[in-house]
Amino acid sequence: MTIEQRAHPWMALSAPGALQQMLDEIGVKDVAAVFEQIPADHFRKAPLDLPPALGSEMELKRDLVSKLRKNEDCETNLSFLGAGVWQHHVPAVVDEIVGRTEFATNVWGSYQSDHGRNQAWFEFSSQLGALLNLDVVQLPVYSWGCAIGHAIRMATRLTGRRKVLLPVLSDPERLSVIRTYCQPSEMESHIEVVPVAADPTSGRLSISDLKSKLGPDVAAVYFENPAYLGTIENGAAEIARLAREAGAETIVGVDPISLGVMMAPGDYGADIVTGPVQPLGVHMHCGGGVGGFIASRDEERYVREYNGFLVSIAPTAEPGQVGFGLAASHQNSYGSREHGKDWTGNSTYLWAIAGAVYMSLLGPQGFREVGTLILSRARYAARLLNEIPGVKAVWPETGFKEFVVNFDDTGKTVEAVNDALRARGIFGGKDISGEGHGLGQAALYCVTEVHSAADIRRLADAVKEICQ
Amino acid sequence: MQIGVIVNPIAGMGGTVGLKGTDGPDAVAEALRRGAEAQSGPRARRALAILAKRCPRARLRVAAGSLGQCWASDLGLDLDVVSAGPPTGTARDTREAIAVLGAVDMVVFAGGDGTARDVAGALSSGAGMLGIPCGVKMHSGVFAVSPESAGHILADLVEGNGRAGWTDEAEVMDIDEVALRAGRLAPRLYGLARVPVVANRMQAAKGGPRRDSAAALAAAAHECARACEPGALYIVGPGSSAGAFARALGHEPTLLGVDVFRDGECLVQDATAPRIESFLDDRPVRIVLGVTGQQGFLLGRGNQQISADVIRRAGREGLRVLATEDKLSTLSAAALFVDTGDPDLDQELAGFIRVQTDRGRFMMMRVVAS
Amino acid sequence: MKLPNYHAPRWDEPVVMELGRPGARGQLFPAPEQEIEVAEIPAAMQRKDRPELPEITEFEAQRHYLHLSQMTLGMMGISLFGTCTMKYNSKTAEAATLRPELAEVHPYQHPDTLQGVLEIIHDFDGILQNLSGMDQFVFQAGGGADAAYTMAALARAYWADRGELGQRTEMVTSIQAHPCNPATAAAAGFTVINLPLEENGYPSIEALKAAIGPKTALLMINNPDDMGIYNPEIKEWVRLAKEAGALCFYDHANFNGVMSKLSARELGFDACMFMLHKTFGAPKGGGGPAVGAFGCSDELAPYLPAPVVVKQGDTYRLDNDRPKSLGKIREFWGNVPQVVKAYAWARAMGAEGIAMASDISVVANNYMDKKLGEIAGIEISNPHIRKRRMEMTRWSLGPLAQETGIGTADFANRMADYGIDPWWMSHEPWIVAEPFTPEAGELWSKQDIDQWIGVVARIVQEARETPELVKSAPHNQAIAQVDGSVFEDPKAWAMTWRAWQRKRAGDAKARSGSA
Repeated sequence: MTIEQRAHPWMALSAPGALQQMLDEIGVKDVAAVFEQIPADHFRKAPLDLPPALGSEMELKRDLVSKLRKNEDCETNLSFLGAGVWQHHVPAVVDEIVGRTEFATNVWGSYQSDHGRNQAWFEFSSQLGALLNLDVVQLPVYSWGCAIGHAIRMATRLTGRRKVLLPVLSDPERLSVIRTYCQPSEMESHIEVVPVAADPTSGRLSISDLKSKLGPDVAAVYFENPAYLGTIENGAAEIARLAREAGAETIVGVDPISLGVMMAPGDYGADIVTGPVQPLGVHMHCGGGVGGFIASRDEERYVREYNGFLVSIAPTAEPGQVGFGLAASHQNSYGSREHGKDWTGNSTYLWAIAGAVYMSLLGPQGFREVGTLILSRARYAARLLNEIPGVKAVWPETGFKEFVVNFDDTGKTVEAVNDALRARGIFGGKDISGEGHGLGQAALYCVTEVHSAADIRRLADAVKEICQ
Repeated sequence: MQIGVIVNPIAGMGGTVGLKGTDGPDAVAEALRRGAEAQSGPRARRALAILAKRCPRARLRVAAGSLGQCWASDLGLDLDVVSAGPPTGTARDTREAIAVLGAVDMVVFAGGDGTARDVAGALSSGAGMLGIPCGVKMHSGVFAVSPESAGHILADLVEGNGRAGWTDEAEVMDIDEVALRAGRLAPRLYGLARVPVVANRMQAAKGGPRRDSAAALAAAAHECARACEPGALYIVGPGSSAGAFARALGHEPTLLGVDVFRDGECLVQDATAPRIESFLDDRPVRIVLGVTGQQGFLLGRGNQQISADVIRRAGREGLRVLATEDKLSTLSAAALFVDTGDPDLDQELAGFIRVQTDRGRFMMMRVVAS
Repeated sequence: MKLPNYHAPRWDEPVVMELGRPGARGQLFPAPEQEIEVAEIPAAMQRKDRPELPEITEFEAQRHYLHLSQMTLGMMGISLFGTCTMKYNSKTAEAATLRPELAEVHPYQHPDTLQGVLEIIHDFDGILQNLSGMDQFVFQAGGGADAAYTMAALARAYWADRGELGQRTEMVTSIQAHPCNPATAAAAGFTVINLPLEENGYPSIEALKAAIGPKTALLMINNPDDMGIYNPEIKEWVRLAKEAGALCFYDHANFNGVMSKLSARELGFDACMFMLHKTFGAPKGGGGPAVGAFGCSDELAPYLPAPVVVKQGDTYRLDNDRPKSLGKIREFWGNVPQVVKAYAWARAMGAEGIAMASDISVVANNYMDKKLGEIAGIEISNPHIRKRRMEMTRWSLGPLAQETGIGTADFANRMADYGIDPWWMSHEPWIVAEPFTPEAGELWSKQDIDQWIGVVARIVQEARETPELVKSAPHNQAIAQVDGSVFEDPKAWAMTWRAWQRKRAGDAKARSGSA
């Protein structure tokens, strides 16, 4: 094999003669000598057959951009997709900070050499804690579903019980992740996942069904506020009270962008709170923008069950100065291997920095404004769609930014409606007809601050045209 | 924090002249005859020099003369000297020095296993200890890795900077020196001591101290106890690891002896070999064992009550070994040794065995005939 | 050697909660349009209090976080951080992924509108298939540990499908495996059987034989390990494990030294994992978003988490119809921008570049071994093993620590004073005393490596001459040494500003009460 004579821009030692100089210093004849540990019959027989190298930045850029241009995006089109990833405005300053090479490439140094990053992390937890009214916020895990999974496992360790109750109207995407975390029933240590029925008139959790399923074997009750199908859980405090009476932990999932207008979960009895971090200044990234936080009160019994990184403020050797480091870190899998609490690894910590910048830009008034704007526009959209003959907003006036739209009386499937919308440059809501919720031909629409009144009217006009 | 300092001026003399220790006046005399030089004083001074550098004027209570004061003076430390009687070159010196030091929070001593045993035996309960390593034998878990490390640990304690914590689980071990000079290694557990431990200060998240050993051991013992077979005879002990199994069954173990259980009931405590054998019938036999620190003995050291006949009845499959990963990581060789007194049996036991380190966690360990 | 006279930026930057003034704004939102009625949350769920967030201008937010980025060393000097394979992260790829054609794309869009990204994922799958010999890759796992979890979850699905999950309850691994292997297997419900290392640096076949049997569900193993030791018996291991019925998973975290040299499938493995944020040049972001690319044989592919990207004719589709799938490891299909960046890395390197990078990384590490070996007080792990190590080597500061009391954590703190990212010590358990683990990879020049070694030699000298200087390090950083005593103290730790304020107020009260 002849090696390209030109040096590669990403490899200093690819310069002519550079590697040979090192070989001479080591005192070996050729490169093969440094691979002496590998037995001859271990080396691969199949030759590498990769696409040809794109040898220059120009060629690489052209390849990437020409491929990515085959995508349609939500800036050129008008999108009403949500359900786990939502289109929100990302301030330019967030992109600048997240793109800083010191943050983007960083792995680990010392508490001192990583000081700025650690402070940004602490500020993520601190600001999110202010929105949640809770004192402990862990750096985000892989996703919201993963956060819920860990929270349920925390609750089973705290209570010694192995059953979790959650709404039957759960997001199948998150629910699948939760089931993975709870293990298959063949395994001795599995956690039983039991659905709680919904009140058919409101989509909210059925309190009577919850009561009938609560008992001394229940580790936790999980619900979302707003829920998967957008509804606000007015009875949250009651659910938490019932769970506490049964000795179970109350785990809540919240949308952090709602917390300027919605009550902080710490104020209605939530024990462990989870939620997505993507709404806080992270692009959708085709689903690669997700991350999930876990939070609780500052009680040692909770803190001792976290799986990941808790950043604490701390004094330094210089009087009056503060630094940051990891609290209770021996309990994670880096510190304790298989004895740790679940496991941790690389996660989504860059999004903690995005979230810190985002929350500092919005401040209390910004969260109130964005919350009111989203709520008002979503309600407006639901009303406009509801006015279209055959189109029905299910559980009207109960949601925050998402709501279910039923198309049964139009005689059209959601798939057909969405295909027609797509031809008009609109991405309709997520098709939930096949999810077994008994809602017929239904779609989950998401409206946020990025949707103007004109955008919403454009949607309504298009739907009307399609469904006539 | 009130810290007392004691130097065993004769500790470590044996090593340089081929003796295996200096327990007893005859051995000391022999060591001196062979031209041994005292190691412990200068090593204690190395540790205290670090302390003095980091914490000038740190206050220490020291025994007078060669038992402490000689090695601590002129370092800029604030010494509170208490006098004991003239040194006799025996264990009595250490015990008396501890007595005259009075109420201290901890004693830092320069010596080996023998000194550690003497200090642990004389120390009032609740007080801590820390060894500056000087002896020939250092199987106990009370020693810093070097005099300098001991100095830094002391400085951390004096500074109260949070780097050092405490554990009550350090094993005080000693080897029967008579047996050792006869070529037989026989470490014995004499008790548990409170010692400072330096948390693995992490640069970041990926390092860090391991799971709390006591919790891991309790979880391992609990799972092992839950798996008890009905009717089987469980022969347990000695040591804190096997003792955790007895605790999991709801009994207080005999730390230095062997207890016997069946169906969760304690049949006898601190049993002798004939007493254990008296319970044998046609039902299965299981032996729950810990591992001796550093040497890694499974059978034949400190548990000779468990006879070859009993072990043969259990077989390798009938051994239930409990040891935390921390304990296993301190072994000088990555193997467990058996010396049942029956070479054929030792060979039968040789091979790999599962050691339970926590709930649902095992380490494969090689068993070797010693 | 002349070492840089470095000092980190020191802004004395307050915590963001301390900045600003009432009413200041960093981001405004429009009021709802006239035709839109302003809606309110139901009274029972309305927020009454005002969240205690900072009120600052847009510039103040930008300036604050730029200051924080400047007070992060973040590979701006030299980082030979072992086990993480520090690479250049292409800005070309970064810029491409920030275009709206990827950043503003929703994963539930119709596949017709996702053809570009699906093509990249499909092509990159092909590249990884070629590098490993596996038949199918998925990218759902959010990191290497999550890929290990994927393996454990896949093993559950595989054994459940055969009705044997009740009996196959054990996972066998080496004590030197990355902690994520035993940790994820344990979290997935398996009993963990660890194999100890023998004299030759890896576990023995005899130990493996004693550990495996009808209860073994899977074997999870890395090779080479973080000591730089390659297990030359690995083919026999895989043969024996499969003979016992177990699935064999190759944790390819340490792929950099063997890429283009080994094929996981040819060695007999059923599945493997690559870290795209490490070996394949995607950035690490201080701990993600990352990707653990998980690949397996056709036999295991039905159990993979859905969806899987497939090509039908000229179009790309998401295959969700996988009845035997283990379910989902994480929502959606993974950290897509990182997959695109890894694809870009592989295309920019090409087969020859990848082979050369592996050559360079092993040669450079052997050069480092030689130079470090000349410094008295540090010692290579398993010094009796004379063979040349792979792309990284575990070293020990044990002798120096014995001599001076300066340990590897002290050393790491001091390194940053020379503008060098502190070294990686070791994953748990610490098999050698006071460990450190350098890895050069293919990025760094000989001058960089020499300078790094020069810093090590200087600090060794300092440990002997002025140990207190090292012990109390750092001295040239944004802040002084952090006092770690609060991190294990429930009364003192504070994970949020709220908690810190409350505990400080409590302390002040206690002080005034006692005075």
